[in-house]
Amino acid sequence: MEHIEDIEKPFRTQELTISMGPQHPATHGVLRLVLNLSGENVVKCTPYVGYLHRGIEKLGENRTYFSALPLSDRLDYIASMNNNVGYVNAVEKLFGIEVPERAKFIRTMVAEMGRISSHIVWLGTHILDIGATTPFLHSMAQRERLLDLFEILCGARLTVSYPRIGGVRNDVSQEFLDKLYEFVLEFPSNMDNYETLVTENRIWKHRTVGIGVISAEEAINWGLTGGTLRGSGVDYDVRKYAPYDAYDKVEFDIPVGKNGDCYDRYLVRVGELRQANRIIKQCIENLPAGPIMSDVPKLTLPPKDMVMKDMEHLIHQFILITKGPSVPEGEVYMGTEAPKGELGFYFVSDGTGKPYRMRVRAPSFVHASVLPRLCEGGLVADVIANIGTIDIVLGECDR
Amino acid sequence: MEPLEIVEKIKEIFPAELLDTKEFRGQVSITLGKSRILEICGYLRDKPDLHFDYLVDLCGMDYLGKKEVRFEVVYNLYSMKHRHRIRLKAEVSGDGPAIDSVTPVWRGADWHEREVYDMFGIVFNGHPDLRRVLMPENWEGHPLRKDYPLKGPEKEWQGFIEVLDKAERFREFEWHD
Repeated sequence: MEHIEDIEKPFRTQELTISMGPQHPATHGVLRLVLNLSGENVVKCTPYVGYLHRGIEKLGENRTYFSALPLSDRLDYIASMNNNVGYVNAVEKLFGIEVPERAKFIRTMVAEMGRISSHIVWLGTHILDIGATTPFLHSMAQRERLLDLFEILCGARLTVSYPRIGGVRNDVSQEFLDKLYEFVLEFPSNMDNYETLVTENRIWKHRTVGIGVISAEEAINWGLTGGTLRGSGVDYDVRKYAPYDAYDKVEFDIPVGKNGDCYDRYLVRVGELRQANRIIKQCIENLPAGPIMSDVPKLTLPPKDMVMKDMEHLIHQFILITKGPSVPEGEVYMGTEAPKGELGFYFVSDGTGKPYRMRVRAPSFVHASVLPRLCEGGLVADVIANIGTIDIVLGECDR
Repeated sequence: MEPLEIVEKIKEIFPAELLDTKEFRGQVSITLGKSRILEICGYLRDKPDLHFDYLVDLCGMDYLGKKEVRFEVVYNLYSMKHRHRIRLKAEVSGDGPAIDSVTPVWRGADWHEREVYDMFGIVFNGHPDLRRVLMPENWEGHPLRKDYPLKGPEKEWQGFIEVLDKAERFREFEWHD
């Protein structure tokens, strides 16, 4: 009889504090979340970042504009091409130099390749986190094809450092264009395959619809950008609002969500994959002929074959590499649309060859800060969905 | 609205705060005093024809030996509706640097301000949770200050010493037993 009395007593409950990460497969890197749980419900969520802090801003202040470019590869290491494009665009704005048309188209093309390779990793891992294992390897196979293309283009697969201040490093080969075109033609049907697996899947919808809702005003107030903001119904895209490179010469739409939940953010990114593919196709078809580097003697590196032949170019090369370019005094902020959101570079120049201050506005940093807002009041399982859907990379967050 | 028109608007309402205006490559930055920064930011967000609803970026600057006032906090603002932008720079003196937090205006300023506190040691009054964000809690010094060395600290960070100790202890472990 005593046992029955025991059972009838109310259960003793207590708040549980658990540490999720920094080594957790679903946190997409070294993100640590301290969760206060009451049963399955998240009462409080505190993110801790900084495990991957390498001091890129401090390092950038101590290098010339040319040698700080490879640092930008190490920000969002899944889409290093987009970081390079963001970096060189900001520096070009500071220098006040114009880039040849062909270089602009090549940059747009490779940046969209970077966007696909980033989004496709997001697609695979996000779906895997939630429980659908099939699309992961298929999407990784697509990424592999893009990385092979990067290898043909510039020899590197991950940390590419392909764009240069004033243009791009080398011209694209016909082999590269042919293989890329083949990829572009096949890609939409591949996307259809992945979408058949998840988009209308009942389990998938149960896990994502109405989870982590954030309204448009609130999302802007939090400083969200990229797919995370567009999921809430704001059509803010740097490529449309302040076009750089060749984005004003190609046609593309901005997918926009309605409800601001995980499902809408998923739909927006899937739409972006298709749009990126469309941009690449147009870039290949309309690629203009002409030079790939602008020739501004004291600001851009001279062509290599001229350095070997001509005294003056050799002197320019020597001075640019040892002392850095002669930059006017001033400050410039330039935002570009990276796969994760608005990637901004803010340069302050004091007239020397090194930036006085190099500031990186990392979208992942802002997106990580919104996690408590999305997770608190939800379930533990939804934390995983939220982390996946805001699409953060800790290399960029911690810099 | 043109950036210089925005400057005129701020000048009208807060004449004493506006110290300097600079234009470079079509971008306008305004240098302000720090005392009414929260009020100015609130005005910029709430005035319908300005409507700066999006804080693009907030960062610190250290002008050690270059300017009279050592620190600056830089606000890059953008309006989604009107598609115009402006840059505010608030001067913060070198001894006991402190400024009002703008988190009541833009929620997104939260972590940016923590980062500025972490990297420059500028204190934000009224911030909901001012802790270091990128560096460890017990770190000494503020890395992005110009007098902080790039390389070679004289003293190793305590956390790293603990890790080394631990590695040493595990090395002595007899795996065969």
